[in-house]
Amino acid sequence: MDFLIGLLNAMPGAVAQGLIWGIMAIGVYITYKILDVADLTVDGSLCTGGAVCVILTINGTPVWVAFLMAFIAGLLAGMLTGIFHTKFGIPAILAGILTQLALYSINLHIMGWGTDNGSKSNLPVSVDKYKLLVSARYVREISLRNPLLLLAIFLVVIIAILYWFFGTELGASLRATGANGNMARAQGINTNTTKVLGLMLSNGLVALSGALLAEYQGFSDVNMGRGAIVIGLAAVIIGEVVFGKIFRNFSLKLLSCAIGAVIYYIVIQFVLRLGLSTDDLKLLSALVVAMFLAVPYWKNKYVGGKRKKGGNENA
Amino acid sequence: MLEISNVYKTFNKGTVNEKTALNGLSLKLEEGDFVTVIGGNGAGKSTMLNAVAGVWPVDSGKIVIDGVDVTALPEHKRAKYIGRVFQDPMTGTAATMQIDENLALAKRRGKKRGLRTNLSKAETAEFKELLKVLDLGLEDRLTSKVGLLSGGQRQALTLLMATLEKPKVLLLDEHTAALDPKTAAKVLDATERIVGANQLTTLMITHNMKDAITHGNRLVMMNEGHIILDIKGEEKAKLTVEELLHQFEKVSGQEFTSDKAILG
Repeated sequence: MDFLIGLLNAMPGAVAQGLIWGIMAIGVYITYKILDVADLTVDGSLCTGGAVCVILTINGTPVWVAFLMAFIAGLLAGMLTGIFHTKFGIPAILAGILTQLALYSINLHIMGWGTDNGSKSNLPVSVDKYKLLVSARYVREISLRNPLLLLAIFLVVIIAILYWFFGTELGASLRATGANGNMARAQGINTNTTKVLGLMLSNGLVALSGALLAEYQGFSDVNMGRGAIVIGLAAVIIGEVVFGKIFRNFSLKLLSCAIGAVIYYIVIQFVLRLGLSTDDLKLLSALVVAMFLAVPYWKNKYVGGKRKKGGNENA
Repeated sequence: MLEISNVYKTFNKGTVNEKTALNGLSLKLEEGDFVTVIGGNGAGKSTMLNAVAGVWPVDSGKIVIDGVDVTALPEHKRAKYIGRVFQDPMTGTAATMQIDENLALAKRRGKKRGLRTNLSKAETAEFKELLKVLDLGLEDRLTSKVGLLSGGQRQALTLLMATLEKPKVLLLDEHTAALDPKTAAKVLDATERIVGANQLTTLMITHNMKDAITHGNRLVMMNEGHIILDIKGEEKAKLTVEELLHQFEKVSGQEFTSDKAILG
């Protein structure tokens, strides 16, 4: 009984975290699913978003401006990876790792802005002193400042904008780039430009998610993005496994990423309540994602090699 | 309309795999020319089309389309002038996108892509009419994912996409080679109709000598990276497979090596 009450008590927090990471998962969806690129920049750009948001907030910038700047910082991080990939000819995964590494230093300097040695690994922002959009403090309150309400609105707005964007000529050329680069170029699409654009958009969303996360937990930390890509992938994959068959519409597919993130955090709460140490969480996450990635592969390989719906690229 | 002058291309320069694929290639197409291209394996047929399409830069030489020197233009910029259908049915379409979305992408070939909608209601109706012409029942499946179509259907769709915006040059790279004979005939038929109706300047590679003779107004044969035989008009109309083989041996000093080309 205590177990159940404890779990129920932890639910609002888990859902809030899931919604924040859901925005991040939608960013991962754009690169991993639409562009067909595994982008590891996100481990760095999540913290960049948080760092930019916090440093601006404690220096008196209005919260909306701070969020906008965090988004722009994410765009720039994505652009750097895109340039590494398309102009320098570096494979996408490695390009992302390079940016991520570079961002570690940059994030330290962002958080250390204005301090004596110009570098800081952790920066608190108290909801008592500053006007924040979301804070974990009010997550169990029934009021307008409950972060769940705001996060849900945020998520719906982002999904609506992306749904519109991917239906435009530019958005469609981005989808075509991921679906078939040869075809895209034959139709006059500059696939290098669309790749950079996709990476920017993705990291912009990730940074936005980082900004929300920093406000929610009350600090930004240079390690807050470590393993973010795995959580993002987990959310995308869980969403696909659970809703893939019923959610056909593009906006619903984006929504399923967010719900996937919520499920992920509920499961995490559950295993934590069962007695798993937080130190072992990353190990568990990695194993869970590995299993989810392996199952479809094994299915194809050993169960008669049935052709997947939507066609096999190499058939 | 298309002028290829003295083009050279060597792959893997300076390695044991060095291969001179285009060796002083020159070819000039007049407006409305429908040229079939034949030649043995490794003669440089596909390489010629890729050079025109700009898949990679050539080593030297010049390529001019409709008076525009495109030699230095990247692939996506040349696309404005060029319609392409590939040998592999998977290459020309985006499998995870709908039929109408693929067509909409093709309709904007060579145009700026902005934040307008990619697929308007008027276009959907237009595509429906166009698909009816193919006679494959695709007009009722506009919102199906292209990955669900057969190879022949995909090639027919690619052909439609390549010609939706009238190209200056249409490049067909053995576009029926991967299809069964019946489907291949159907796709060739559609090709003949579309090229004829729009008076398209066309380069069609085929491995089938009979097809090369029956289609188009001009036939060129390639060997070792350049044109060794160029037959037009009257002379082409009278051509037979035997004579073509004989000509090949005479010009190249070797036997035609591909059985598939002779029998198929």
